[in-house]
Amino acid sequence: MGTIQFDDVSLRFAGGARPAVNRVTCQINSGEIVVILGPSGCGKTTLLKMVNRLYEPTAGNIFLDGVNIRKLKATRLRQQIGYVIQQSGLFPHMTVADNVAVVPRLLGWDKPQVQARIDELLELVKLSPGEFRDRYPAQLSGGQQQRVGIARALAGDPTTLLMDEPFGAIDAITRTALQDEILRLQGQLKKTILFVSHDVEEALRLADRILVMRLGEVVQFDTPFNLLTKPADEFVYNLLGADDMVRQLGLLRVASAMMALPPNYSNGHNPTLSHCDSLRDALSLILRTGAPALTVLEDGDPVGLLTLDHIRQSAVVGTSR
Amino acid sequence: MSYLMSNPGDVLVLLLQHLRMTGIALGVAIAFAVPLALLVTRLRWLAVPVMGGLGILYTIPSLALIIFLVPLFGLNATSVVVAMVLYTQVILVRNLTVGLAGINPAVLEAARGMGMGVGQRWWRVQVPLVLPVFLAGVRIAAIVAIAIATIGAKFNAGGLGKLLFDGIQTNRYDKIVAGSIAVAGLALVINGLLLALEHYAQPQRRLKHD
Repeated sequence: MGTIQFDDVSLRFAGGARPAVNRVTCQINSGEIVVILGPSGCGKTTLLKMVNRLYEPTAGNIFLDGVNIRKLKATRLRQQIGYVIQQSGLFPHMTVADNVAVVPRLLGWDKPQVQARIDELLELVKLSPGEFRDRYPAQLSGGQQQRVGIARALAGDPTTLLMDEPFGAIDAITRTALQDEILRLQGQLKKTILFVSHDVEEALRLADRILVMRLGEVVQFDTPFNLLTKPADEFVYNLLGADDMVRQLGLLRVASAMMALPPNYSNGHNPTLSHCDSLRDALSLILRTGAPALTVLEDGDPVGLLTLDHIRQSAVVGTSR
Repeated sequence: MSYLMSNPGDVLVLLLQHLRMTGIALGVAIAFAVPLALLVTRLRWLAVPVMGGLGILYTIPSLALIIFLVPLFGLNATSVVVAMVLYTQVILVRNLTVGLAGINPAVLEAARGMGMGVGQRWWRVQVPLVLPVFLAGVRIAAIVAIAIATIGAKFNAGGLGKLLFDGIQTNRYDKIVAGSIAVAGLALVINGLLLALEHYAQPQRRLKHD
C-alpha cells in the first residue's frame, strides 16, 4: 500500500520559460523513503505537490496504489495522504490536540476514537500528552512544533506521507534528532515517504533511494550508495560531493569490507564494533585507538576482522571515475 | 454630575438614542465592509483605488460630510448614520484586508494540503485567525461612530450630543459636563467590552500571557 507512480508527468506554469517538471516517470515503492534532492528551482517541491493535487500536472498521470489521482476528489485524496511542510504550518489558534485531530475529524471519526488517537500520536512522537495536549503552537519550540506537525500528518493513518523540506528551518542539532525520529517511526510504521530536501547529508541519512532532479528533470534515481559510487553525470557527482571519501565510508557497512576470522583467531585486545556499524565508525575507531585491527561482532560473537587496508580498498571502489 | 443624578430618565433616553445610532451604523458598516474586504483580497489591484477612496472620505470633516448628506437623506438620524457608515469603512476594510493578508501562507497551505474544503478553510482557519484583528477594527470604528453620533444632535438625530449643544446654547454648564461625562463613559465602556471580546477571540494569545 502506498505506491506512487509518475507516468510521464510534466507541469508547465503559465508564462514559464521551461516546464517546472518535465516528463518524469518513476515509481515509489510501498514502505520506501524516497528523498527528492536538487538545487532550488529544480522542480522537487512541484513534483511533490502534484501527488496531493496542490498542483495539477499539465501532462501525464500520477497513480496512487494504481488509482489515477485525477479520478479522486482532491479533498478526499488529501485526507488520505499525510502532509508535513516547512515551519510545520500548525494552526496557531488550535491546541496541539486540535491540530492533531484535524484530519480524523474531517474523516468523521467519532469523539472517543479521535481523543484516543491524539494521545497515541503524541506518545509516538515523544510528546507527553498530559503536558502538551492543551498547549498552543506558540508555546512550543521549533522542534516540538515539527513533531506535532508529523503527528498531525500521521493522524488519519495514511499509507503515504509527503514531506516538503520539513526540517529546513530547524537548527542542526534538532534536525538530526528529528531525522532519527523519522527513521525510528519508519521502522515502526512502514509508510511510503516522499521527502523533499536540498540537504545532501539529510538525503543520504534518510533515503532508501534518492531522486536527483535538475531543471525539472530526473537526473538519477538510485540508492545513496549507487549515487555516490556510480553517479550518472558530473552534476550528480558534484551535488553529492562524491569525492568525499569519508562521507562514502559513512554509507558502507563494516560487514561489506571485513575479512573472515582466521582459523586460529583469538581475540587478544582488538577494539570491537558491531557488524552494522559504518566503515566511517571503523575508521574513527582505528584512528582513536591506534589498533592495527578491529574485531567485528554480531550479537556479541566475533564474526570478522577489519584493518585499515580493508577500509582503503573499499574506498577505492568509489574512485573508479 | 448633578444633572446626571437629577435627570437619569432624560439622560437614559439620549443614551439609548446614541447607542441605537452607533449600533445600526456599525451593523450596516460591517455588512458593507466584509464583502468589500473580501473583494479587495481577491482582486489585489482594487486595493489602491478602494483604500485610497475610503481614505479620502475619512479626511472630510464629519460636520461637512453630514451637511453634504442632508439633501439626500433629510435632516434626521439617517444622514448621521450614513456618515458614520462611510467613516468607519476605511477602518473596517483596512483591518480585515490586513488581517487576511497577515495569515501565514504555510498555515493556509497546510489546511489545503490536509484536505479541508473552501468552506472549512474559511470557517475553521481564516475566520478564527482574522477575528481578533477584525474586532480591533470594530472597536476603533465604534469609538469613531460614538464621536460622530455626538454631532448628530445638531442634525435632529438626538443622542447625548443634545446635552452638549443644549448646554452651550443655554449656558448650562451642568448639562455640558453631564453630556461630556456620558459620552466619554459610553466610549470607555464600549471600548472595554470590545477589547474583552478581542481578547476572548484569541485563545492562543490569552494563554501565552497568563
